[in-house]
Amino acid sequence: MKLSRRGAALLAASALVLGGCSSTGNDAGESNSSAGGKVTVEFWNIWTAEPLKSYGAQAIKDFQAKHPNIVIKNVPYENEAFKAKLTTLTQSGKAPHIFQTWGGGVLAQQVEAGLVKDLTDDAGSWLGTFTDAALSAYKVDGRQYAIPDDIGMVGFWYNKALFKKAGIAEPPATWSELIEDVKKLKAAGITPIALGGKDKWPGHYYWAYLAMRIGGLDALKQAGETKDFTGPAFVQAGQKLKELADLQPFQKGFLGATYGDPGGQAATMGDGKAAMELMGQWAPSVQKDAGKGLGDDLGFFPFPAVEGGQGSVTDAFGGGGGFAIGADAPAEAIEFLKFLTDSTEHRKAVATGGVLPVLKGEEDAVTDPNLSVVAKTLAGATGFQLYLDQAYPPAVGQEVNDSVAELIAGTKTPEQVAQAITETAKSE
Amino acid sequence: MKTTQPRSRRLRGFLTIFLFLLPALVLFFGLVVAPILLAFYASVFKWNGMRGLPTDFIGLANFTRLLADEVFLGDLWRGLLLIILSVAIQLPLSLGIAMLLNQKIYGRAFFRLLFFAPYVLSEAITAVLFMMILRPDGGLANQILGWFGIEGPEWFADPSTVMLSLFIVMTWKYFGFHMILYIAGRQGIPRELTEAAQIDGASGWKVFRYVTLPLLGPTIRISIFLSVIGAIQLFDLVWIITGGGPSHSSETMAVTMFQFGFKRFQVGYASAISVVMFLISLVFAIFYQRYVMRRDLEGATTVLRDQR
Repeated sequence: MKLSRRGAALLAASALVLGGCSSTGNDAGESNSSAGGKVTVEFWNIWTAEPLKSYGAQAIKDFQAKHPNIVIKNVPYENEAFKAKLTTLTQSGKAPHIFQTWGGGVLAQQVEAGLVKDLTDDAGSWLGTFTDAALSAYKVDGRQYAIPDDIGMVGFWYNKALFKKAGIAEPPATWSELIEDVKKLKAAGITPIALGGKDKWPGHYYWAYLAMRIGGLDALKQAGETKDFTGPAFVQAGQKLKELADLQPFQKGFLGATYGDPGGQAATMGDGKAAMELMGQWAPSVQKDAGKGLGDDLGFFPFPAVEGGQGSVTDAFGGGGGFAIGADAPAEAIEFLKFLTDSTEHRKAVATGGVLPVLKGEEDAVTDPNLSVVAKTLAGATGFQLYLDQAYPPAVGQEVNDSVAELIAGTKTPEQVAQAITETAKSE
Repeated sequence: MKTTQPRSRRLRGFLTIFLFLLPALVLFFGLVVAPILLAFYASVFKWNGMRGLPTDFIGLANFTRLLADEVFLGDLWRGLLLIILSVAIQLPLSLGIAMLLNQKIYGRAFFRLLFFAPYVLSEAITAVLFMMILRPDGGLANQILGWFGIEGPEWFADPSTVMLSLFIVMTWKYFGFHMILYIAGRQGIPRELTEAAQIDGASGWKVFRYVTLPLLGPTIRISIFLSVIGAIQLFDLVWIITGGGPSHSSETMAVTMFQFGFKRFQVGYASAISVVMFLISLVFAIFYQRYVMRRDLEGATTVLRDQR
């Protein structure tokens, strides 16, 4: 009796130990089960919302019908959950077979850790079908590590009715015109700009675009390499932004406002309480979700030129999404990506309005008028810069966001911003 | 009873104890001690958290960087501010309400339940709730203030009011918990003592000051202890409501740690922050228990010793 009780205790203890151990093993990135000659490819994506949710399900079905020996295991996660899951997985030295990526610094770190497959040679002529702007985010040291699926850009979305009310006939083409328009809007009792200060990333768009317009794309690229952000383009970008912030153009309480929450940037804009916002291609739909939406009153103009700056007004700033392949993924993974980004297939995705064109000459597939403007502007873009918080290593990107937020809040000078970013970049 | 047991029986006794402790020990070492040790280990490396264990040893550089960082020094100051505010305002408030609800008043059970309810609510829900109530533009609080012709502050959106606003939320969230502690402590005080004091002619205040308060000592001390540790590790509320902003003016140590660990992927540096947090909590806990709570704990440890 005594023995058996002790035996039971031991059993219970060992079961706990074993249970604890087995849960540390990971369910993803395991060797490919090839039961019955079928290859399973895990496909990690963020297609949890419509229209891409149903589009993705259909695309996988179609692909499997064409390739009966390949099974695509659909693993969709919500955006933030996806990032957390992927971070945990990559920290344990693994990567899914195919996974959503936004390129830039995070992808570069994964590449450096040897987790991502180099697609440059496998892809061959396939790469030629994409636009250069779309491909650029996924290049690390000149090699291609992911395939684009979506791309967008940031620009000013403005309320035509409020502009008219303030007596502004044309959207501003230069920075000084923008400053004048902000003054006019203020004089007319209209909040000129909506900004989600708490989220920080909406603020960094201003600084990044200003640096692009003043120093040109090369200045940003060079700074990324030399890790020196103290050049005149960056300090001047800070000064111009300070000049704007000093006019107090933002809505009341903007420092505590988020982008998408009730009362946030998108809601302020969507309810017609502010005249413009600097935001990406998703702005119209979020305005509609968080606020009433502006309908025909909504217009788009690219970030204005800065007088005497080196950058072209047609250089675009933005980002998109793409798919990378894990280093240990089966060769069939690439087949699926080729299928997804094939012209006829990708046009279907674009037609749903869920993604924007990444292939050359695909712009006419866009149905939504707002997105169409963005797609056409992008098609004519002379250069493309990825969001700074993605282009640079995560620490540098966050420092850009943090420092620029402090600049807008008035607690850091333009010089201190440049200095802080440089220090973080050098310590990376 | 014989004082020396047969050897084999004693051994069996130890074995039984060990086996019964084993599951708990395994969990404790695996889930508590090992992560602490790993954090200590990672804190002397420059490490982005990827691929296996860190390799880039940098000694104490993370710690020197920490102590020179304005944001972290600000965290320490803000932590201290929250502790002072908690001990000076939140706890006396809880004590006062506890004493009121100890009186025989109508509906006291209802009020006890009502005041305890915020503590049951999750931090995230509390945070979202107050983000809406204290919204500068169109929030409930500012609308009510507006009826009286007062222009409300910007609450969380203004660096000068954000800490006070956070403290209001913290008080709302946690005073019920301390109140319940005090009520429990108050009910543990024998009636005879207060009655004896009243018969001797002590006024209500004097009974409270010289009988109730000293006898509530152990409860108050543990409540202060929990409050301080809670303030040092404050995270959820701040993270959701302000994210540490505007411009770091509401950042706490835990928020800074999260920023560096999960947003900037500087896991080594984040580990250094967690080590400092751990040490501050540990040193405080040891000194507090050693010097402030010594009398409260004495009984417990002697009883244990007698039994062995």
